[in-house]
Amino acid sequence: MTDTKVLMPRRREVHPVPHDPDYKTSVPRSPSLPLLSMESTPSEETGPRFGHGLLGALDNNLISNFTQGKALAIGERIRVHGRVLDETGRAVPHTLVEIWQANAGGRYRHIKDSYFAPLDPNFGGCGRTITDENGYYEFMTIRPGAYPWPNRANDWRPMHIHFSIFGHAFGQRLISQMYFEGDPLINHCPIAATIKDRSQLDTLVAPLDLQSSRPMDYLAYKFDIVLRGHRQTMFENKMEGM
Amino acid sequence: MVQTLNTLIETPSQTSGPYVHIGCIPSFAGIEGIYPEDLGKSPIAHGAKGEIITISGSIFDGTGWTMRDAMFESWQADATGRFAGQEGADPQVSGFCRFAAGKDTGQFTLRTIKPGAVKMRGGSVMAPHISLWIVARGINIGLNTRIYFDDEDNSADPLLARIEQRQRVDTLIAKKVADGQYRFDVRLQGAGETVFLDL
Repeated sequence: MTDTKVLMPRRREVHPVPHDPDYKTSVPRSPSLPLLSMESTPSEETGPRFGHGLLGALDNNLISNFTQGKALAIGERIRVHGRVLDETGRAVPHTLVEIWQANAGGRYRHIKDSYFAPLDPNFGGCGRTITDENGYYEFMTIRPGAYPWPNRANDWRPMHIHFSIFGHAFGQRLISQMYFEGDPLINHCPIAATIKDRSQLDTLVAPLDLQSSRPMDYLAYKFDIVLRGHRQTMFENKMEGM
Repeated sequence: MVQTLNTLIETPSQTSGPYVHIGCIPSFAGIEGIYPEDLGKSPIAHGAKGEIITISGSIFDGTGWTMRDAMFESWQADATGRFAGQEGADPQVSGFCRFAAGKDTGQFTLRTIKPGAVKMRGGSVMAPHISLWIVARGINIGLNTRIYFDDEDNSADPLLARIEQRQRVDTLIAKKVADGQYRFDVRLQGAGETVFLDL
């Protein structure tokens, strides 16, 4: 027997549609047959855990982690912070949050990115942290640039930061993107538009959090994340068929 | 009017994009020196109990094209069916691995130990399997599936039993090609489409 808790079923309707003709690559990369649904099992209810010992001192600072503090990345200095919660509203403590992003010119440090905006020699583009006991996390980074991408004839990605979050169960695993309040490109982005419920897309847009910024240093943006929850009940431990 | 439900809504997924390697396995993208090593480099440490196996394969899109930008995560039990952190679990088995389709070949390889059968609530038993999560450009929400093994008894597995079209069960079963070596391909769409899971 295990002592793991059942995950709440995933509400697929709050997520992007897998197949969206306006995001062309999704057309051949989305399953055409229905997913097989069943209640979670210990394989989804358990998951990898990562301790705070994993982290280096600069892992959560993309401004300086690529040079190990020797030089700073170019761009508008920002702090991104928020909490990781689950659907029941409980904080998700001690869970790994990873981010990656383009540099201030909209260029990624990746062999497949051929955009002619230059690489920043002082910017790698990835970072990670672990939430504290209250589910809180924060990063320092630079605001990523918008960039064009090959899709329809003239598509641009709004400024965004990619997020990868683990939770405590493999079935909670999530990758998403954070957008910035006021970016006019959000309304033109076919990737953002794969989310059909506008109020759900709005949850990916981080507000400017001026009160959490530091004068003469950085602006702050707040980005809370919600993972799947566990069903909370005393009525689960029954024998099969009862 | 009724009372308000105090539940939150899950944050919506977005595609990992083509540069997922930067964030998750930076050395694959040529980014060195930020972390000592990529997370999830191996699901096992030296001395892990059980049979060492490798599972190799490719991932195909709906046109049959081999994808070269997908990233995979695997999660599994140890040789006795216990997950890391559970009582009695093998401390040499983290159970978690990240690996990517090769930039040129599209081939991926997972080196691990064969997991044991896992007990479920209520006492039924799942055949040995490895959970797989797949992200890539064009995949708007990560795809979950499982790898079972053709040299194990899968006849009583509760998940496989739920697949109505029995010929599709095969899409979740790795084929033994040599001692300790298995082949497992993923087809996102169309003929031979892999069974993807919602659990």
